[in-house]
Amino acid sequence: MLLAVLSGFLLAIVAPALHRVTGKYIGWTLAILPASLTAYFASLIPDVQANGSLVMEYAWMPGLGINLNFLVDGLSLVFALLISGIGTFILIYAGSYLAGHRFLARFFVIMLSFMASMLGLVLSDNLVSLFVFWELTSITSYMLIGFNHEDMEARKCALQGLFVTAGGGLALMAGLVLLAIMGGSYSLSEILSSDLALHEHAFYTGAVICILAGCFTKSAQVPFHFWLPNAMAAPTPVSAFLHSATMVKAGVYLMARLNPSLGEGALWSQALMLFGAATMFTGAYLAFSSTGIKKVLAYSTIMALGTLTMLIGVGTELALTAFICFLVAHSLYKGALFMIAGALDHETGTKDIARMGGLKKTMPVTAAIACLAALSLAGLPPLFGFIAKELLLESLLDAPLWSVGLTVAAVAAAVLIVGVAGLVAIKPFFGKVADTPKAPHEAPFGMLVGPAVLSVIALIFGLAPFLPEAALLQSAIGSVFGSPVETYLALWHGVNVPLVLSIGSLILGLSLVSGWHRLQPALYAINTYAARFGPEAGYFRFMEGITIVAAWQTRLLQNGVLGLYLLLLVAVTFGLTGYTLLTHHGIHLTLDLTDSHFYEWGIALLLVAAATFASSTHSRLGSVASMGVLGFGVALTFILFSAPDLGITQLLVETLTVILLVLVLFRLPEFVNLSSPFERFRDLAVAIFAGVVMTLLILAALDVQYFESISSYYVENSGTLGHGRNIVNVILVDFRALDTLGEIFVLSLAALGVLSMIKLRAEDQYKS
Amino acid sequence: MKSNTLILHTAALFIMPLQLMFSVFLLFRGHDEPGGGFIGGLVAASAFVLYAFAFGSEPTRRILRVAPRDLLAAGLLFAIASTVPAFLAGQPMLTAHWWEVPLPGGNYLKLSTPLIFDIGVYAAVLGTIMTFVINLMESDE
Repeated sequence: MLLAVLSGFLLAIVAPALHRVTGKYIGWTLAILPASLTAYFASLIPDVQANGSLVMEYAWMPGLGINLNFLVDGLSLVFALLISGIGTFILIYAGSYLAGHRFLARFFVIMLSFMASMLGLVLSDNLVSLFVFWELTSITSYMLIGFNHEDMEARKCALQGLFVTAGGGLALMAGLVLLAIMGGSYSLSEILSSDLALHEHAFYTGAVICILAGCFTKSAQVPFHFWLPNAMAAPTPVSAFLHSATMVKAGVYLMARLNPSLGEGALWSQALMLFGAATMFTGAYLAFSSTGIKKVLAYSTIMALGTLTMLIGVGTELALTAFICFLVAHSLYKGALFMIAGALDHETGTKDIARMGGLKKTMPVTAAIACLAALSLAGLPPLFGFIAKELLLESLLDAPLWSVGLTVAAVAAAVLIVGVAGLVAIKPFFGKVADTPKAPHEAPFGMLVGPAVLSVIALIFGLAPFLPEAALLQSAIGSVFGSPVETYLALWHGVNVPLVLSIGSLILGLSLVSGWHRLQPALYAINTYAARFGPEAGYFRFMEGITIVAAWQTRLLQNGVLGLYLLLLVAVTFGLTGYTLLTHHGIHLTLDLTDSHFYEWGIALLLVAAATFASSTHSRLGSVASMGVLGFGVALTFILFSAPDLGITQLLVETLTVILLVLVLFRLPEFVNLSSPFERFRDLAVAIFAGVVMTLLILAALDVQYFESISSYYVENSGTLGHGRNIVNVILVDFRALDTLGEIFVLSLAALGVLSMIKLRAEDQYKS
Repeated sequence: MKSNTLILHTAALFIMPLQLMFSVFLLFRGHDEPGGGFIGGLVAASAFVLYAFAFGSEPTRRILRVAPRDLLAAGLLFAIASTVPAFLAGQPMLTAHWWEVPLPGGNYLKLSTPLIFDIGVYAAVLGTIMTFVINLMESDE
């Protein structure tokens, strides 16, 4: 299983080399991996049928309780099969669609990484690894949307998708942590099998809001739906795979996954129903009113995602049955339709539906497949989409809450979606032959095999729904419901209310298609007007706001006056420390000076004198030298109190500091007094304050001991465990070696910082 | 920047080798007596800084033989390398390993991963300071 998930990453590494060897057959070659993964996941079906769910354990960071455990049950297996199955055809398709593209190898690297991340996401049992894979899908999606990176629009859209999904990802992380605290475990299988009443927990509301924020952004729910149509800037194989069949369903997956644990709260179900229904209707409306074929499909994907969310919210056994069926049906027909859309774009040179027509003569196979997939989209028999839609309407009719409202929204969406199906299947292929930028001819085999197979599967599932049901769907429904369920899927339910509603929506939908040309300008005007107030406008205003705030606070904090930086740092640090000291400890002055020697007073006097001189002199060299005196005085103190290692180090560091300062000194302009007397007194006050707080802190540290000192442990064990008599060194290189390791990394980083600062400045000077 | 005084030239030539030897001495004795990689690295750095003041940055680069930033990387690599034995043995990171190599005369040479680590610290400290100093000196020119 570990290999199954990670093999995508491994193949991604060697994909460029393979590309050089296999040339134009790269798509077919790489597709072997998802194909065999599909077979592997299918081979797990009997096991899942017998045991319900399997957990496969692999340690990753056992010290932190993070592991790479995989949870295989009906739900995750449905998703895994969809990902690897559709992935197979997508890779074949991409090899043909992007044939000869100069970044083809790079495309496959990201695509395979995405596939592996997506598999990891749906199979993870551990919340932390789930989150890591979740973010990986956001990042790979970003790279794929911006694949045509020379196009500024594509880059902008990619960034928008990343900001929205990664922003939601941050909320999700908080939500998952809260969930783990509530459930007492980071393991999904443990949280799901525990009988804690999570909806009564104090964190429930917070956790649900955070998790839903993550899921809604990822799955493009209103009001975050705007990023998905923009993501269509990606090459079509990406749109087909990430932005319809798999990645955007990650949010839906997580909601379905957590439904048994979180679904009992009213907040969960109501939020899901409300946002889901709103998304469903908005998506359907926008799909019908768009003209670009990919935009149409993207909005209809949003409609499907809304429907899925809403069905989880309804949460009855019937609704969840509809959920799983709709999920499978949608992945099949939408994957196919996107690939068809890509083929049309590839062959005709335009994405605009209004400019296509009568293509059935030149592209008969494409037309046939498109019609089959569109039938499923419209929810017509005998395709699987019909079963899903009937179940959807039936479950909404007897939903426990808001039944009428949800049904009305669903029927309205269904009418519009029939219209959309007509747009993608009837408009380009039938009617008058339209002039297209390229002379169209049939798409190559590699671009047709995927949509053909997916549509035929949708047909088979429609004619024989008991096949997938018995194999997997039933146990998947059980995973979402929380306990095993008995379902009975059939194509024909007799004449009932859902069927009547379906027929009604079909008629209305078809009349919408015929009136599309007349409606289009009006819809366009409405949408353009609404876009000024829509969520996307809000997104842009928000991003502008961030820039403005960033600029403002940079001017405030990073204003380039070093003295002010120092002042702020010192004031904040010592202010907070002083506050803590005052509130937690109080001030006790127990200064016993009786056992002090006269030479200690001498050193103290020297230190004070050096500090006073350093801060009042007008000569830079004098200031540096007296700082050196200060440092040597401190070194002397160390030696007096028998800390030779510290003493030597201080001495050496002090020497080198003075040397470095001298090196810099010659570069500075003449000393000028720039500060006003007020500023100087303010600085003096802050400095004195810092000194006083530090002194009190040291006195307090001598005074109290909250914990038993660890030094006795070091003294006892440095010889026996560390084989050394110099305790300081044993601590540095053995007991606390990790700290030292961190320190030398910081040191190196500082050196590289200085290096780049000096070198970059030198280059700037060359330019000017 | 380089000085042209004979005294500094002569003194630097004499003092620098002594300082370098002393720095290695400090590094190796550090486990039992005051010293160690950090201090050793600082002493070595001051030796090279003295040389740089006497003869300028280019000759210092020559006697260093490696670029200061490579020294940095080498130091970090040494420090990381010292974690490998513990990793291979399946122990927590940075668990110390000791090997005793018999020497003629009945003595033992104690080698250990902390020593490798300390050498890494030595190189990293030396590399850091030399990066600072040499680049600052050269930015004049």
